Amino acid sequence: MQKIKPFDHLILILGVLFLCAPVVMALMSSTHAAIDIHSNGLSLLPGGNGIETYTKVLTHKGGFTGDVTGLLMLRNSLIMGLGFAVGKIALSMMAAYALVYFRFRFATLLFWAIFATLLLPLEVRIMPSYQVMSELHLLNTYTGLIVPLLASATGTFFFRQFFRSVPDELLEAARIDGAGPVKFFIDVLVPLSKTMMAAIFIIMFIYGWNQYLWPLLMTTDESFYTLMRGIKSILQVWVGSQIPDYNEAFALAVLAMVPPVAVVVIFQRMFIKGLTESDK
Amino acid sequence: MAELTLKSVGKTYAGGVDAVSDVNIDIKDGEFIVLVGPSGCGKSTLLRMVAGLETVTRGDVHIGGRRVNDLDPAERDIAMVFQNYALYPHMSVRDNMAYGLKNRGESKAVIEERVAEAARMLELGQYLDRKPRALSGGQRQRVAMGRAIVRQPSAFLFDEPLSNLDAKLRVSMRMEIRKLQQRLGTTSLYVTHDQLEAMTLADRLVVLNGGRVEQIGAPLEVYRKPASTFVASFIGAPAMSLLDARIEGGQLSLAGHALARLGNAPGPVTLGLRAEDLRIVDTGLPMRVEYVEELGAQRIIHGMVGDQALAVTDTHDTPLGPEVRVAVDSAKIHLFDAQSGRRMDKRLQTVSEPAE
Repeated sequence: MQKIKPFDHLILILGVLFLCAPVVMALMSSTHAAIDIHSNGLSLLPGGNGIETYTKVLTHKGGFTGDVTGLLMLRNSLIMGLGFAVGKIALSMMAAYALVYFRFRFATLLFWAIFATLLLPLEVRIMPSYQVMSELHLLNTYTGLIVPLLASATGTFFFRQFFRSVPDELLEAARIDGAGPVKFFIDVLVPLSKTMMAAIFIIMFIYGWNQYLWPLLMTTDESFYTLMRGIKSILQVWVGSQIPDYNEAFALAVLAMVPPVAVVVIFQRMFIKGLTESDK
Repeated sequence: MAELTLKSVGKTYAGGVDAVSDVNIDIKDGEFIVLVGPSGCGKSTLLRMVAGLETVTRGDVHIGGRRVNDLDPAERDIAMVFQNYALYPHMSVRDNMAYGLKNRGESKAVIEERVAEAARMLELGQYLDRKPRALSGGQRQRVAMGRAIVRQPSAFLFDEPLSNLDAKLRVSMRMEIRKLQQRLGTTSLYVTHDQLEAMTLADRLVVLNGGRVEQIGAPLEVYRKPASTFVASFIGAPAMSLLDARIEGGQLSLAGHALARLGNAPGPVTLGLRAEDLRIVDTGLPMRVEYVEELGAQRIIHGMVGDQALAVTDTHDTPLGPEVRVAVDSAKIHLFDAQSGRRMDKRLQTVSEPAE
């Protein structure tokens, strides 16, 4: 048996504390009253306001129009996250399919062009993107929120690498079996890519879920508020002697963590299962 | 069920490399043809051209009298078995076999019946609902064959189907393939680099070298009358020993020893000697023993005659000295042109003399 080394454990424990403490602190603080937090600082022990705060955050109608509840924000964030993940997977898979399996002019050049867009983050092209959406009258729509960000160099790259690792004989067998390009894609490649799709789903869902700048710019209608904007708007009210509702901000933050964690937990299982069981 | 004809078929790759040139083969209905040759000889390219996975640069491919050069693989009415099986990993054995039929729009009942029939033939019945990864290599290869059988094609194409199996399984699968093919009577084209596999399976062998056909013939014909030094050294194990010899004054002589009286034109020739045609005797061609391969029933003695290698099969197990004497039966020698390597007819003089 290996000897237990106290020093190694100390480092590991420190690491765990370092990663977990802020989360615990947010969770605990969200159960205190706002004034309590303001006067006594963050807390590591549970307070007595938990249920009250969470109920309020989820159902209280806030915002200028008085229609924005936590549930609505949660729904919007989910739409963003799912729309991003599903849309990006669909789009990048098809792009990668074209790049890998079809011989056409400048395919390599095209791939590198797509790849190069990795170097250009959203922030660089945010003004032109905004203008395009504005001229298409897509401001304040889910379409406008999701579609402009769907092209994914990362996804295309991952799927391209994956497709290239699929043995050629599989394509040849499918061709002899009379499967055309569409059939081969749907009947063979899509089922084979399940693990890859799970991995990309995790990344893209969280990417969409955490979007802040783009929704802020694209939507003025409060019914499109996402959780990220909700948290920010609670903390923005520091006008005069008003104390921000720290507890609510924390509660929202905790709520905002739940779906991504759930996604990771669910898909991680699939991911690992796929990795250990599949052989191509 | 169909004839398969290749007419001066050639393939040039985009880089200008000639992979296959001027191949002519007429395959009769139900015949089992084996394409054999070393790696890179173009045998797989040739097969893939028949399958439609490679375009045909020159010549015509006919299947069942139909010119198929420009047809899709699915329209050629062929089935192919790949070296790495190429089973769809996410489909059950049943779905793997049924996939091609489904795509052709066969009715459910027909698919069910054919899959059951193939599963019975290949003893796969209990595995029908398993995924390929839960099967052994031999079973996977059976599934791949099942996938070919259910389509009832006019021709089977095999691309080194046994190379991924271990030696023992390879022998039993070889037998199964042969039996199956004879039962179904389907024209088959089989690619292998294993000469033993080629010999045992084929109705006729096609020996390829550098993209060209060296010889086409029944296994024994190819074995007994190799058309060139390449075929001679490739078919048969141990390989035929090829030695530089001379014909002078009606005598074939090797390293200063006269072996036979020949009426051929004088000059240098390449002499081919099969190990099993030679015997260890008391007087004869002297050979320095280098090493001995013990195979149980027999042993193969490798040695040097002068500075040329020679192998002799011997069934005795008496200890050997550093030098042995080898008897050469002049009726069983092969002669090849020293330059071109093509087979030469030997003209034995009837007056026999003790070979010395």
